[in-house]
Amino acid sequence: MAVKDYLRQRFFPQIWCPGCGHGIVMANMIRAIERLRLKKDEIVVVSGIGCSSRMPGYLDFHTLHTLHGRALAFATGAKMSHPKLTVIVPMGDGDALAIGGNHFIHAARRNMDLTAIIMNNSIYGMTGGQSSPMTPFGKKATTATSGTIDHAFDFVGLARGAGASFVARTTTYHAKEMIKIIAKAIKHKGFAVVEVMSQCPTYYGRKNKLGSAVDMMKRFKEGTALIGSKKKAKHPDLIERGIFVDEERPEYSTSYLELIERLGNSTTY
Amino acid sequence: MRADVRFMQGNEAIVEGALYAGLHFYAGYPITPSTEITEILSERLPGTGGKFIQMEDEIASMCAIIGASLTGFKVMTATSGPGFSLMQEAIGYAVMTEVPSVVVNVQRGGPGTGLPTSVAQGDVMQARWGTHGDHSIIGLTASSVQDAFLMTVEAFNLAETFRTPVILLFDELVGHMREKVVIPQPGEIEVVERLRTSVPQGTNYHPYLVREDGRLPISDFGGVHRYNVTGLVHDMWGFPSSDPKVAYDLIHHLVDKLEHRADTIAHYKEYFTEDAEVLLISYGSSARSALHMVEDRRKRGVKVGLLELQSLWPFPGETVRKKCEGRSHVLVVEMNMGQIYQEVKKAVSKPEKVFLANRFDGVFISPADILRLLNVIQGKGV
Repeated sequence: MAVKDYLRQRFFPQIWCPGCGHGIVMANMIRAIERLRLKKDEIVVVSGIGCSSRMPGYLDFHTLHTLHGRALAFATGAKMSHPKLTVIVPMGDGDALAIGGNHFIHAARRNMDLTAIIMNNSIYGMTGGQSSPMTPFGKKATTATSGTIDHAFDFVGLARGAGASFVARTTTYHAKEMIKIIAKAIKHKGFAVVEVMSQCPTYYGRKNKLGSAVDMMKRFKEGTALIGSKKKAKHPDLIERGIFVDEERPEYSTSYLELIERLGNSTTY
Repeated sequence: MRADVRFMQGNEAIVEGALYAGLHFYAGYPITPSTEITEILSERLPGTGGKFIQMEDEIASMCAIIGASLTGFKVMTATSGPGFSLMQEAIGYAVMTEVPSVVVNVQRGGPGTGLPTSVAQGDVMQARWGTHGDHSIIGLTASSVQDAFLMTVEAFNLAETFRTPVILLFDELVGHMREKVVIPQPGEIEVVERLRTSVPQGTNYHPYLVREDGRLPISDFGGVHRYNVTGLVHDMWGFPSSDPKVAYDLIHHLVDKLEHRADTIAHYKEYFTEDAEVLLISYGSSARSALHMVEDRRKRGVKVGLLELQSLWPFPGETVRKKCEGRSHVLVVEMNMGQIYQEVKKAVSKPEKVFLANRFDGVFISPADILRLLNVIQGKGV
């Protein structure tokens, strides 16, 4: 099937600004699902609030657009009550790591089989460009007009420390790599998180004079390097891309089903 | 068949009622005085093939049960005061998305951290208006352990019938009190199952197209109809809309589906009301002291009666108005500063005849507390 066969075209045009990276992520997530040959009826996509969280509405799956920061909590309920479903959670950086930070670390700790795709554009786009927990130190936002004095999270360190069993990073420039990583994350049995560096030319780009969407994507190309690459060795300041963590650990809903069996019972799913 | 008679705590009876009604998924977070519900379900649910999860907070608990309900299961969470405050945003989400769900609030003293181990009924208005925006909600309560069981079953039935969150507004005393309970046999009392759509696969299913009778047949996540659910104002497809007509119709539907049925949803009990000159109105554990005082006065020939409300929201205003007609005085007995008292005054034709007997200091209101006020309004002095 083509990408458009997974979309609810009735609801187009979508709301994203020209040049926004989120459409690239949506298309590549679809390509990853296509690659895994998953059935539409078996997929639930749960999101919170923000630009990236509008994605589920356009997708022809079971889709749930919830509250700011709470997507992982809703997803936890859906996955645990119906473990046969594939549950994917597209989130923004503010949604996942500020208001949703508590749910994020606990979802990672439980290791339930959810795939969180965090579109990190370093800003709150929906509300007009405020600083987020992923806005780099010194960068400008409407709530940090002289540059933020907050420090950004180390996303990979946070996810790893909280217990995520799959942690990866890619960017909207690296489309093919993104498909491969998202497919692996969905296939991973446990809590998988993928940070996708995504451009917001409208707010983050304009506030910080980063140029057009194309310019911003070129920065993703130039400013990042694969884990363990020669480029990274030569330029240690570059942001690493690739899979940081890929471990097997008991998955939560599986452990729960085993508990039910141990007690001599069975369940609907 | 021999009756299943047991001696148990109110919080245990809530668990038994939920399991009787078909509870499959529970998410919770410990908080006094409702913790026993979470503890007992952690042991009982896996044993029945059901699902239990202890979440990171009450916000997550409420969100998790909504996610689980959408996959086709009966769900519940339980909490007290501060946890109930944290759940309000997601309760509003369940109202807006019409997801069947049951929320137990075993009330304690407030505001803030308040009096964690003391009896109170201060969350009555929060149950009604705690979440933002125009909406309606169902709130039930009980004054005995047996009724805590029955009202819990009823909460699930109403949640499924009206596709709404239902608040079970118990109080610390009923939650922790131990009494005899008769557990009904399966099938003995009605258990309502979810109304599912009959739209076949491959045909357009409109998840938010309201039927003529005001009901919305559901399709489970994981089933053959793929649709969108959002907390934004949405059209019949479940897709966000800012069309004023869509918003108007949706808000009207959410409010009318309950408010227009307030007096059919109403649950109440009457004691000595037929010839009562003074009518007491009470609910929850306060109704026990009210009944004690009524029985005591009746022995002395005083014509008092009690209307015990078991459903507080939507407020059964028409029922209350009729029951108060022709009484010399109406005395509302509750453990807050007059939250139902104000509703009764709004409902009756002679609000100046309505008085309040209350406590809000963490001490259970006694028959003597109520009698003092009765004497005052009857001109007998203190």
